[in-house]
Parts: sequence; C-alpha cells; structure tokens
Amino acid sequence: MTTITSVSVASPTRPLQRRLLPIVREALARLGVTGFGLLVLGVFLLPLGYVLSTAFKLDSQMTTIGAPLWPAEQATYNYEGEEYPLYNVPTQDGGTRRLAIVNPYRETSDVVDPEHPEQGVFNIEGRWRTWEAIYRFSPKLKNFTDAWEQVNFPRLFRNSLLLAGISTIGTLIACILVAYGFTRFQLPGKNLLFVILISTIVLPPQATIIPLYILFSKLGWTQTWLPLLVPAFFANAYDVFLIRQYFMSIPRELDEAAMLDGANPLRILTSVIIPQATPAITAVTIFHFFFVWNQYFEPLVYLLGKEKLYPVSVGIGQFVTTFSTYPGRSAATAVLAMLLPAVMFFLAQRQFMQGIVITGVEK
Amino acid sequence: MSVVTRTNLASAPSRPRISAHTRRQWTWGFLFLLPWIIGFFAFQLLPILFTFFLSFTDYTGAAEFKLGNFNFVGLQNYKSLFVELDALPSMGVTLKFALIGIPLGLVVPLMLAVLVNSRRLLFSNLFRTLFYLPSVIPVVAGAIIFNGVMNAQSGWLNLLLKAIGIAEPPRWFTDPTWAGFALNLLVVWGLGNSMIILLAGLQGVPTELYEAATVDGAGPITKFFYITVPMISPVIFYNLTIGVILAFQFFVPALLIGTFNGNPQGSLLFFPTVFYREGFVYSKMGYASVLAMVIFVVTMAATGLLFFFGQRLVYYASGETS
Repeated sequence: MTTITSVSVASPTRPLQRRLLPIVREALARLGVTGFGLLVLGVFLLPLGYVLSTAFKLDSQMTTIGAPLWPAEQATYNYEGEEYPLYNVPTQDGGTRRLAIVNPYRETSDVVDPEHPEQGVFNIEGRWRTWEAIYRFSPKLKNFTDAWEQVNFPRLFRNSLLLAGISTIGTLIACILVAYGFTRFQLPGKNLLFVILISTIVLPPQATIIPLYILFSKLGWTQTWLPLLVPAFFANAYDVFLIRQYFMSIPRELDEAAMLDGANPLRILTSVIIPQATPAITAVTIFHFFFVWNQYFEPLVYLLGKEKLYPVSVGIGQFVTTFSTYPGRSAATAVLAMLLPAVMFFLAQRQFMQGIVITGVEK
Repeated sequence: MSVVTRTNLASAPSRPRISAHTRRQWTWGFLFLLPWIIGFFAFQLLPILFTFFLSFTDYTGAAEFKLGNFNFVGLQNYKSLFVELDALPSMGVTLKFALIGIPLGLVVPLMLAVLVNSRRLLFSNLFRTLFYLPSVIPVVAGAIIFNGVMNAQSGWLNLLLKAIGIAEPPRWFTDPTWAGFALNLLVVWGLGNSMIILLAGLQGVPTELYEAATVDGAGPITKFFYITVPMISPVIFYNLTIGVILAFQFFVPALLIGTFNGNPQGSLLFFPTVFYREGFVYSKMGYASVLAMVIFVVTMAATGLLFFFGQRLVYYASGETS
C-alpha cells in the first residue's frame, strides 16, 4: 500500500532523466569502488595464487618457455593409439590451425589434423619450435606425494594437533579462572595486578627464554613437549583480557541469585557464567589454537634434535631454503601447513572477527 | 562458631572490621588469580631478572648451570656488543625494518579498513574475509610463499611488475637493498587483525559527525583527516603499540629465508636472529643475555615513549584517558 503511494507521488513530478542521473552515478561509483577493491584484492591474493599454482604443477613446467602460469600440460591428440602434442600452426592467410606433430624436423614436420584424421599424416613447411604449444588445465598431485614422503606429515600433523589441543585446553582453564577472579571479586590491589597483567603483553619472548631454557633443562624437560605445554596452564594476558571483557558484559543478577541459593564461586562460574560466555570462549579457542599451530621459535628451541616431536611449523622449516631446488614440493608443504588454519577460519569467521574486535577496540 | 571468634579477634579497635564475607571474597578471588600470579613469577618476572644476572656472566649452555661453571665478567659482555662483528649491523637491519614497517603497518591496514567499510563496495563481507585470509597462514608457510612469489625470475610479483611496464623490477631476496623491504611486505600481507580492529573503529564513528561536516561543506579528504582519524585514534594507537613491540622481536621469516648468515650479505640478519644464534647455536648464553636485555630495554623504552606522547595525541570520546 505505502509503496504504491510513494511511487505514484515520485514518478510524475520529475522527468525520467533527472531521476535516473543519481542512480546511474551511484551505480558507477559502486562499480568503481568495487573494481578498485578487486584490483587491490588481486595483489593481496597473488601470493596465494602463486603457491597454489606452483604446488599443483610439475617443476619442469616452470622452466618451460611459453608454458602458462596455471598448472597445465601440453594437450595431445590420440592418433592410431599414440599421443601427439598439439600446436597452433600459423596458416598462409594469417590465421592458425590446430595440428598434432607426429615427427618434428628442422624446417618441416609430419603432422596430423585432428579434425580430419582421415587425411592421414602429411608434411608441412615451417619450424615447429616457433609454433605455439596448446596447453590444457591439468593439476598434478606429485608435489604433495613427494612432500608427504620426504617429511613424515601424518606425524607432524598429529604432533601439532596434540600440542595445540592440550595447550588450548590449558589456556582455556587458566584464563577463565583468572578472568573470573578479575571480574567478580573485590580484591585489594586488583587494578595494579591488572595493569601488570596487561603490561606483560609488551614483554619480548627473548627476554625470558634463556633462563627458561636453563630451568627446563634442569628439570629434564628439554626435548619434550612440557616446556611448550606447562606454561599454557598459567594463563596469558591476551586471552585473560579477552575473556574478562566478555565476563564484564554478563549481568551480575544471575550469579547473585545463584549465590543466594548457596552456590560457591566455582559452581557459579561453571554453571552460570561459562554457559553465557561461549562467544569469548570460542574466540580464545581459535586464537590459541592458531597461535600454537604457528609457533616456530619456542618449539625449535626446546625440541631441537628430537624430530619425532616436531610440529608442522618446525618440520617444514627446511622447505624454505630448498625452494630454489624443488619449488613445487616447497609450495605443496606450504599448502598442507595452511590448510587446517584456513578451513577453521572459514568455518568460524564470525567468532574470529568478534574476538579480534574485543581485544583491540575496548582497550 | 570459629568464624565468629576469628572476626572478633580481627576487629581490633584501630582497624576497620573485615567481614567474613570480604575475607571469603579475597580468598576465592586470589585463588582464581593464582594461576596467573604463579605463572607471572615463574615464567616472566624471575626469568627477566635472571637474564639480567646472566648478562654479567660468561655462562655457556654447554655445562649444567651451577656455581663453578661460570664466572662473573662484569661489563665484558656489554663491551662485546660493540666489538662483535654482527651485533651493531644487525641492530641497523632491525631498526631499518622497524622504521619502514611501522608506518606501513599503520597505513595499509587503515586503507584496507576504509575500503571494506565503504558502503559502495559490493560484497564487502567477502572482501573482508579474503583480505583477512593471509593472516591465518602459518609464518613458515608465509616464508615459503614469499620466497617463491618474490623470486626475481619466476615469481609472479615480478611478472606482474614487468607486465605493467617496470622493465627491471627489484631482485628482492637476492638484492641486499630490497630483501628487508620484501619482509616488510610479508608482514603487511598478514595484518588482517589490524584491519579488523580499525574497521570496528570506523564503524563506531557516529554518522552525525559526517552529516554535520557535509552540511559545512567538507570534502571526503577533510572528513577523513578531521573526523575519522581523530575519532579512531585510540585504535590507531593500539595498532601502533603492537606494531612497535612486534617489529623489534621480528626474525623468524628472516631466519628461514636468509639462514644464520642473513643472506644476502647480512641484509636479513636481524638482531633477534643474532640473539638466537649466540644463545642457542653457539651457546654463549651470557653474551646472548645482553642481546636479550637490549631487546627488552628498547621495547620498554619505545612503549614507554609511546604512552607518554600517546596520552596527549589520542582522542578519547568518553573523555577518559585509559
């Protein structure tokens, strides 16, 4: 009803052109901005395109002159049971025709026409090396199988999953407890403690790692996962901050009601607060999982020499420098290493972005 | 019963009464904070003090840490800092990286955030996701990818640069002049977090401000610098702080690509690489502790300065300053 009135009011008063002008201008602006966005995005995704393409093509394709950038192999034509490579051969009228070369010679070649195989093999003039080879899309899995064989990927994945999983559980338990302590209790010096907690974000890992290494080797923990796992059970500033911000937004009425019912603080935490804090807990889970998955420096220091315990990050480190020799294999390892984080990110984007916003904006 | 007696004892005439309730609050509260407090002492505070202590010794990781296995050498390690071959040049590498990377890390994510915040951008959610995607790629994979895509001959970046008419694009990781900058680009590529935080900041700017400015005849650039930037300055400040901290710690991709020599020609030999090499490869833990102290002090000083000046420059809408 209302739409009809508004349309009938608007349409007769203004001529068509004047009504269309702003719409056209807006459409052009949108196209312009989106086009610019696509351009920038193209540059941003260039490295990803490169790594995917390199991972799926044979190294020999990279050195072949005239080969396309995408994974491809030369198209062939099956003539009497044999495969012959296809070329675009220039014709006298300036066009090209598709021919398969049966016998390449220097100045002439024996060819067959795929559209008229009944004509049989015939000889034509021209240097075949100047002809343009025809390629077809053909992704190869060889690099992945090579990489899979060279480093023990199932073991690397298992190690990374276990490390990240256990460490995430520890972080969740510790950070939830600490965040709860910071939000729901009146404590002397609480603000000072919180300032100290936040300022530890600034702390460079280099400042502590030598004494920690000495400590852990005294305990006999080096070349085990313990130095990587145990500290996770003692909370970290980032995740405490994130969970605390969320806890503060949960109204206190419910936990006060539970307190009157005689529930102790731990009970209130597990049955009242945690069920309401799933977004924050999800965000921390993802962040910490990624953090451990990406960690390189600490596992390298503590696990050096114990290859059985290496996570993916350390296990594939060698592929960075072997890139010039085996580009495809290196690219395939990179793809394998980023697969899980990328999938997790696509599945849990919203929680991800929310979590980032909580830590960044509300400071 | 016992509770009552204790409260009575505690309530000495001069001191304020601490109720059983408050006492219970304290006990529970500190119990919950305990994991962090223990962790802070065990894994952060004491280790830093210990690093400081080690920096005056000649301890090598080769022998077990106990008295007799090391000597106090006074300021010897600090003097070595100016004598050892790699320490000062690597400081230069890190400093150059920071000086280029910090502004780049502020400007590029801000431009991306403005772009994906534009209501004229179609499919802006998709753009946001894809711009963020590189940030979830593990650092080792990132090093592999950039080592390839910035390859002087076969890398797509140089193919693109040639295609748009740059006949001799930089040789990136084989040219000492450009290798550091190539890593700056690697870092900028993965700054999705900054973009998202800035985006949230942009969305929080009240639209009335822009409307009022439009009425006053302000153009888009004026609006950006006089409304947007001041309004999101707390977020910019946060990104700046994190950027400064991380810039001085940066080394893993450089180590992976340039190895311990910082190839080409030491241009990728970052200060933290030297720290790692001296401490854990050459086991000169006393000397490495000096390098660790340098990173610690520089980071602290930089953030201290930032907060000192930041408080004046950042605009807080609510009028608070924290």
